[in-house]
Order: sequence, then C-alpha cells, then structure tokens
Amino acid sequence: MSQVLILGATSAIAQAVARRYAEQGANLFLVARDAERLDAVADDLVVRGAAGAGVLVADLTDLDRHPEIVAAALDGLSGLDTILIAHGVLPDQDACEQSAREALHSIDVNFLSVVSLLTPLANQLADRKAGAIAVISSVAGDRGRQSNYIYGAAKSGLDTFLEGLRNRLFKSGVHVLTIKPGFVATPMTAHIPERGALWAQPEDIAAGIIKAIEKRRNVVYLPSFWALIMLIIRSIPESIFKRLSL
Amino acid sequence: MAASIYRSWGGFPQIDQRGEPLVWRTDPLPGAGDEEDASLLPFGNGRSYGDVCLNRGGTVLDTRALDRFIRFDREQGIIRCESGVLLAALLHLVVPAGWFLPVSPGTRYATVGGALANDVHGKNHHYAGTFGCHVTALELLRSDGSRLVCTPEENSELFGATIGGMGLTGLVTWVELQLRRVQGALLKEESVKFSNLNEFFRLSELSDGNFEYTVAWVDCVSRGDSLGRGLFARANHDSSDYTGRERSDKPSVSVPFCPPVSLVNRWSLKAFNAFYYARQRERKRVRTLHYQSFFYPLDSIGNWNRIYGPKGMLQYQCVLPGDDGRTMMHEMLSTIAGSGNGSFLAVLKVFGDKSSPGMMSFPRPGVTLALDFPNRPDVFRLLDRLDAMTREVGGAVYPAKDARMSAESFQAYFPAWREFAEHIDPGFSSSFWRRVGGEVL
Repeated sequence: MSQVLILGATSAIAQAVARRYAEQGANLFLVARDAERLDAVADDLVVRGAAGAGVLVADLTDLDRHPEIVAAALDGLSGLDTILIAHGVLPDQDACEQSAREALHSIDVNFLSVVSLLTPLANQLADRKAGAIAVISSVAGDRGRQSNYIYGAAKSGLDTFLEGLRNRLFKSGVHVLTIKPGFVATPMTAHIPERGALWAQPEDIAAGIIKAIEKRRNVVYLPSFWALIMLIIRSIPESIFKRLSL
Repeated sequence: MAASIYRSWGGFPQIDQRGEPLVWRTDPLPGAGDEEDASLLPFGNGRSYGDVCLNRGGTVLDTRALDRFIRFDREQGIIRCESGVLLAALLHLVVPAGWFLPVSPGTRYATVGGALANDVHGKNHHYAGTFGCHVTALELLRSDGSRLVCTPEENSELFGATIGGMGLTGLVTWVELQLRRVQGALLKEESVKFSNLNEFFRLSELSDGNFEYTVAWVDCVSRGDSLGRGLFARANHDSSDYTGRERSDKPSVSVPFCPPVSLVNRWSLKAFNAFYYARQRERKRVRTLHYQSFFYPLDSIGNWNRIYGPKGMLQYQCVLPGDDGRTMMHEMLSTIAGSGNGSFLAVLKVFGDKSSPGMMSFPRPGVTLALDFPNRPDVFRLLDRLDAMTREVGGAVYPAKDARMSAESFQAYFPAWREFAEHIDPGFSSSFWRRVGGEVL
C-alpha cells in the first residue's frame, strides 16, 4: 500500500491527484490551512477507497511549525513513498509592485516554505533510498514577464532548487519531479475571465502528474503542448522580449 | 465570477447570466449581484432541457466542484455526497460494491442535486417511483444563511418542497440516498416489437409485474395502421459476472461541432424511424447488456444535442392519466405524425402509482410520452396543441424538459404550486419560475 503525503491538500489539483491515489487504496496524510475543507477532502478520499486519510491543519508559511508537520506526517503514515507539494498562491501582481510585503509573502509561500519542508523530507527519503517528490511549479517560472514576475521568480527559484535536489538524490534512488502546469481552471484562477483552448481541467493535470511520477520524469509541462509554447517563449531574445507585453 | 457559458441541454433559450462557482459546501452563499431583484439558482451539469436551470439577469451557482463523497455505508447501501456529484461518479463507486442507483434517468451526466431538484424518474417508475422516494436526508442552505437538515421527519415540509423543487428552495449542499442491491453491472433485456399503441399497452400490463425496467421506443412518424408501432424494452438486473472490457466514464465518440442547421428534419426522421423499427427482424430479441448500454445509450455520443443545430431543440414530456389518457395518446401521436415534426427518440412508458414525497413531482399514474423537436417556429404551435390535449385529460408536462409552457398550463398541471411558492427561498428564482409561477389574471 503506497504511503502518500500531500501538502496543500485542498487545492484543486491536489484533490484530483489524491482521488487517484485513493482509488488505488493508498494511505494518505493531508496538510492544509482550513480544517473544515480538509475534513471534506479527507472524507471524500476515504469513501473513494483510501486506506486512510490523516489530516493536519497548518499554515505552511509558518516555517516554525515545519518540524512538527514533518513529524506528524511520518507518524501518520507507515513509511513514505510519495510527497506531493501543491500549496501556493497566485499573487496580485499590481499589489506586489506597490508593496514589498506582498511580494515577499508570495516568495514565502511559493518558494521558501517548500525549501523549508523539503529539506527534512528529502533527507527522510534519502535515508530510505526510495520514493518520489513531486512539486507543482509553473510555466510562469520559465521567463520573467511583467504580468506575473513575482510569482514567476518564486517558481523559477523553486525550479532551480528542485533541479539541484534531483541531482543530489539521484544516487539515493529518490525521484524528484518538477510539474509545470499551464492555465488550469481552479479556484486560484477563477477570477481570470478569459477562457479558451489553452485551459485545462484539474483532473487532466492530475492524470499527467500520476503518469509522470510512474515514469520517473524529471520535468513535465501539463498539458504537454506547454513545452512547445515555453520553448518558443524562452527562445525570444531578451532585446525583443523586453518590448513585448505578454 | 467565471466566464463559463451556462446553457441547458436543449440549447433553448440562450440567455445571459453570471456563474458563481461553488467549491466548498461549508462556505456561505455568494451575493446575487448588484442589480435589484438579482437572484440565485443552483446549476448542476446542465442536463435539464429548458429553462429550469437558467436564471436570466441573475446568478447561477455552479455546483460542479461540489463533487465530494461524505460517507458510504457499504453494508446498508446508504450514501451521502455533495450535490454536484455526477451520477456517473456515484455509479463508478457503488456498482463494484454491489449497489446501484434506486432510480436512474436517461443520462448519467446529471448531478445528484439535479436529479433531486427535478425529482427524476426512470424506466423502473412502476417499481420504484421517483428519485426522491429514495432520498433519506438533505441539507439546504438558505439565503438567510441558515442550514437545515431535511428528512421525511425533520423539516418535512421543506423536504417535500425541495424534492422536485427545481432548485428554488435554496442550495442543496448534500444528499443522502438509499441505494439498491445488485449482483453486478449487467442487465438481461428483452426487446419486443409491437405494431401499434394498443399492443404497447398490452405489453406494459404483461411486463410491469415481472420486469423492474420497462420502456418503449415509438416510431412517431408512421401513421394509419402503424401508428404507435415500436420496440418495447423490458429488463431486470442480472447476476452473471461482467467479463468485458473496463467501461469508461467518458463518451466514446462525440459530435465535434454544432452544424449550421439542424440535421433532424422531415426526411432524416422518416428514414431513421423506419430503419430503427426494421433493424430488429425477430419479434423478440434477448440480450445481456452492461448497465451503461441499457440505461445510457445516448451518453456514448458526447454532445449529441449539437445535431439540432445552433437554435437547439425543444423537449416535450407529458403524462396522460387513466383510460382517457390512453385514448388521448392515440390522438396525440396522430397529431405529431401529421405535423411533420418529430423525433428520433420518442419514448413511451406507463408510470406506476408509487407517489413521491416531492410536492411538485411530475410523475403520476398514467402513460408518459417524451420526445424532442428541432427548434422551428411551427413547433411552438404544435406544443400548444399537445398542452391542450394534456390539460383536457388532467395530465401534466415535465418542467425539467420545458422551455415554453404557459403559466395557465403549469398551474393546471401542478395545483400545489401556490403552497410550493411559500417554501421558495426569497433569494432564489429561475427563468422558468418567473415564466410560470405568477398569478394568472
């Protein structure tokens, strides 16, 4: 029975991934900020077939609580096979430009909290010489754009951190997956009015994540056409890129 | 606010409304908007045909993310889930555990909340009544912020008003349902050819005692001696194991785009109906079928409603009670066949006498006919004529499929409407209700 830890378990993508693990009979441990929501997700997973769904209510930006969270997760699971890190915020770019506090908060949630959590968790897996770490990053980390570069900078830092971690853990047999979803129809993006062919459903992203973990992929764009879009965007020379309004 | 487009399955009427996605059942209701009289209306998966799920100028509460299960007693077959759970998802969970929906409509892409709000029925109405007969409890979130658990004993009036209440009594956050035991995913079906309406009634009488599911497809184009010919399907759950391939929850093929005009016309109808009747050569054919093929043949074609073109279609389903109803059904089929309008899928069934707890429930003892028409100007006149026939014998028309009945007709069909109106949440309304729920002068 696989042992799965999900941080940010009430996010739409995390829920969709967790349902797939639940249907396979996995034992899950879930961490999120809101107790009622977390319970709703946990009950759902148990009905769908999870062997168990332990919960811990925590604000993941509270770095001081991280040792406690890691201990509770290890206590709630029998072993640890897969870690999914799914928490994050999409900050208001205008607010970030006006307030350094806003900007730093976004960096805290999207980058620092992950470094703080994965440092002890990665060591756990390294000791066991097995397991997978899957982290939801974003296509926004591939290039700094005026419309969301604070978010993008945090995700870009995250990508580099994961790249290094992957390199370090390779010899221990621990797999590190960087997930780069494009536009996903979730509550985090519900305020964005334009929807079109580029938008994907959380269930589709979840299917891609499970497959990428199984195939031990390193970096995946989801849906996969984003790999091509971002390849083009990354290859635009900076002298031109800086003039564009993307 | 999401920019998703909210349409009903018939594609008529097409109106402007805001959608507000709901994600957590514990959250309060959102505001209805800035306009005066702006109201709320729950929206499931848009499988009702007309305007019961639409709210022009107001807000629809998109419940599709309220898709969590809450508990499932695998011994007793009692399941509690959020109202946005699709029947398909529920079946996916409960069939392997030896349970089935006690009542299923003709699509598994409806939500549990939608099935409740329209008090849907199925091919086993004579055996099991409506969906609402099997609801053991529900939670209602009202616009004053109150949350009421309603059961046949507790808040029983609101329970009765909410079953078949078209979403108007508040938001149903969760539903608890008593499932029905099955041995597996299969049904044993007999398809019997009948050559006219009297034969249909005879087959119904002979079959309803021995078969849990009975329904007939009727050729609605043929006239004269062949008036009301068709195929009578009767089935029971089967105990043999399903050994075929794993079934998908998604359609296998899809209508990829909406053609500029309806593909359903006089000629295609005539050809299809004749072909469909002639396809079964023998008088009786026996098959063992997966439940998806038996209950949801149309679900295997994604977006099948697109064949009706951009103007959409109008569904019509009425029930005609008693002996007068049987006689009137002859006249009705003859009127439809004579009009040149018609339907690929015209369905006949005799409802049983099991009554629903739903105050506004549609089914009642009698014969029911359901069919769909491409949206053309002359269809409205035809449907008014059918309404007059239905009223003459004291029948009713199904709100879940309606986009055009008059307030007078509605109030004649549903005499409890005034009592029902007292239970409507003051913050909720719908295009349908504003059309039919006012005092007729």
